[in-house]
Amino acid sequence: MTEPVLEALGVEKRFAGVRALAGVDLTVRPGEVHALVGENGAGKSTLIKVLTGVYQPDAGELRYQGAPVRFAGPPDAQAAGIATVYQEVALVGSMSVASNLFLGREPRRFGMIDFPAMRKSAAKLLAELGIDVDPARELRTLGLGVQQMIAVARALHSDARVVIMDEPTSSLEPREVDTLLALVRTLAERDVAVVYVSHRMDELYRVCDVVTVLRDGAVVHTGPLAELDRVRLIATMLGRDIAEVRREGSTAFSGEHETEDEPVLAAHELRRSTVLDGVDLEVRPGEVVGLGGLLGSGRSETVQALAGLQRLDSGAVEVNGQPVRPGSAAAAIRAGIVLVPEDRKVEGLVPNLSVRENIVLAALPRLSRLGVVSRAKQDAVVRTFMERLQIKASSPDQRVSELSGGNQQKVMLARWLAMSPKVLLLDEPTRGIDVGVKAQVQQLVDELADQGLGIVMVSSDLEELVEGADRVVVLRDGKSISQLRGDEVSVDAVLAEIAADAAEEVGS
Amino acid sequence: MTMTESFVDTSAATGARPSRGATLAALAQRHGALVVLVILLVAGGIAFDTFLTFYNLGNLAVQASFLAVVTLGMTLVIVSGGIDLSVGSVYALAGVLAAYASQWGLVPALLLPLAVSAVIGLAQGVLIGRFGMAPFIVTLGGLLFARGLLQFITDEGASTYLMPGDSPVRWLGSGKVLGIGVPVLIVVLLFLVGGFVLQRTRYGMRLFALGGNEDSSALMGIPVVRTKVLTYVLSGLGAGLAGILAAAQLGSGVTVVGVGLELNAIAAVVIGGTVLTGGRGGVTGTLAGVALLYVIQDLINQSGSVNANMQQVVSGGVLIVVVVVQTVLSRVRRGQSR
Repeated sequence: MTEPVLEALGVEKRFAGVRALAGVDLTVRPGEVHALVGENGAGKSTLIKVLTGVYQPDAGELRYQGAPVRFAGPPDAQAAGIATVYQEVALVGSMSVASNLFLGREPRRFGMIDFPAMRKSAAKLLAELGIDVDPARELRTLGLGVQQMIAVARALHSDARVVIMDEPTSSLEPREVDTLLALVRTLAERDVAVVYVSHRMDELYRVCDVVTVLRDGAVVHTGPLAELDRVRLIATMLGRDIAEVRREGSTAFSGEHETEDEPVLAAHELRRSTVLDGVDLEVRPGEVVGLGGLLGSGRSETVQALAGLQRLDSGAVEVNGQPVRPGSAAAAIRAGIVLVPEDRKVEGLVPNLSVRENIVLAALPRLSRLGVVSRAKQDAVVRTFMERLQIKASSPDQRVSELSGGNQQKVMLARWLAMSPKVLLLDEPTRGIDVGVKAQVQQLVDELADQGLGIVMVSSDLEELVEGADRVVVLRDGKSISQLRGDEVSVDAVLAEIAADAAEEVGS
Repeated sequence: MTMTESFVDTSAATGARPSRGATLAALAQRHGALVVLVILLVAGGIAFDTFLTFYNLGNLAVQASFLAVVTLGMTLVIVSGGIDLSVGSVYALAGVLAAYASQWGLVPALLLPLAVSAVIGLAQGVLIGRFGMAPFIVTLGGLLFARGLLQFITDEGASTYLMPGDSPVRWLGSGKVLGIGVPVLIVVLLFLVGGFVLQRTRYGMRLFALGGNEDSSALMGIPVVRTKVLTYVLSGLGAGLAGILAAAQLGSGVTVVGVGLELNAIAAVVIGGTVLTGGRGGVTGTLAGVALLYVIQDLINQSGSVNANMQQVVSGGVLIVVVVVQTVLSRVRRGQSR
């Protein structure tokens, strides 16, 4: 067996007395892809931050290429050869691809940057990795997937011995994921050690050789991934019984809610210049409608338009047959349409406010009389939802920014449920949250539908879409092109619809 | 897996390649000020006999050169995603210090004001870079500090320091080489160096990276603190040098100058196509922006019939138009996505 390139020995880390890591051992060898898994709060992020020099361990040591090391900060770890690819692309969008690849180590001649040489090596590097991009192009004009690929190329170019990938695929399309995973294998073939963090089981089984499972800040299992089947892995992560996991399945959706009622939400021919080109949608009470399609097909734009967050050039939205003034979020909320947006931090939560404040924010008008907010009513609402959604917070007064991703998502949900909506729009409800909480959120979606809410769900996770939705509307280029219902709804069917589009696209 | 075959289909994965519209928009954003400047020069030349003369333009260039020196540093600061409000006060302070120190000769008259400006820039840079304070607030403090210091050393403007008429410093402000004012030559030289630094050196790349995305830059190992500190020092030096040149031209250190100069400098930089949020821009545009402000002023003076105060109104109007056009252009460039 090859010598480890990076080792963590008995690493401990505490935050304000809370133990985030309790004596973690991790051994990473050259040429292996090492999966690091665990629920949110298990300590993955903290461990990664220790490995990349963001945090210094309180106890234990790091060994790099056999010698004990201490990284003062991320640049330190990078200089040593530990590169990181982050969940969000950490590059500069306004600069060229080549500049992004070489930023901080540009080739120079006579003290000035040698741009021709830089473009040439960039082109060479990209060609080597099979990334067909013009190095002179501005990075932000590229898709997220390609940007993430550039980030990997950058890591590779820096002669990194270890590349740490923290959920690199969370904002990528399935096809882009394939490319990225191929790239991961390439790295491994070059004897680079890859630490791969992802919540997506598929990906882990496709690229990883070894797995280390964290739970409550400690390693509960480490060994070859092939020895651990999917169910066992989930059970190990959650610390649950295998039989239990089997019974519940890997997603927590119960299946069908068929109704014959009049649609609670109807949208006709939604159009907006370049993003929407005729979307039709109907949602009945108690029904979950999934929106399928590639990134950029208009999924998010559709739900945003329904919620009044995007102007419309034409088209109509009705709730219970009553027209809703388009382009007005206030009108949409009054009509009972609420959106739980994809990016919790940017679009929804106010991180510095408390759980209580975040929940009641949108419902304030209904909880107040003559502009005075009733504390008692607030407390009642907050208590109800914290219990119902099992929001884990030390108290309603804890800051939302201190909660884990999954709990933040629940707070977001609670806020909108406090508005007693008729239609709930969910944009990527489970992105970036871990398996356990994911199941809870999925269960919740089910429950809400049973209670008669009309739900529209956007998800890149096809399995989630298919198991969660009663009907799937497939979008392409801002247009709703087909609808799958009942037994037609399957991963293959949705893929076929999307693929049919792609074939058509090539033909045209 | 075969590595020869390209497995990223960028055309589908990324949307269309930049359209011609987007390319044109990029060009217009970069060179818009220059285009407007040329149009105004031609129009002015046709309208007024006295406008397109060597004498008039030469004078105009000297007048504009002080602001130009200030805007060079300001361009660096704005590209890095910051702002420097202290330059007007530092400009005035440096002028007075230069006049005061000119009694000891050329070298002190240069070094004293430059050293003080650099120290003010350094202090601001450290507060902004090392301690992560907001550039707006820190340099607003710098503005008040420098102005206050100036009031103090001049007894609230009561004592005026004159430069001896035979002082070699005077040559920097009012001398001519081949008929061209020395300040103008200094501006040309500085902008050549500035353009080179911004476009061709690592430091320049770091500025663009910082302004484009500071968090990413830090993660990519860019020395954020050092780069920021250096940038504010350079901006301070620019303001200081401009103050020296202005005092050298006037022959004395005047305390009331430079009020609002920082805003003119920001206006010129933005009109020149540098984006106020950072990460995009260049010094050529800035120079065009400065020229534009002064040409507008001169054309209004030439016309005679328009009240001189209209110059401010027109400059303000131009600024607003530029900002609106910039916003529209960058939307076009991003392909209309929100």
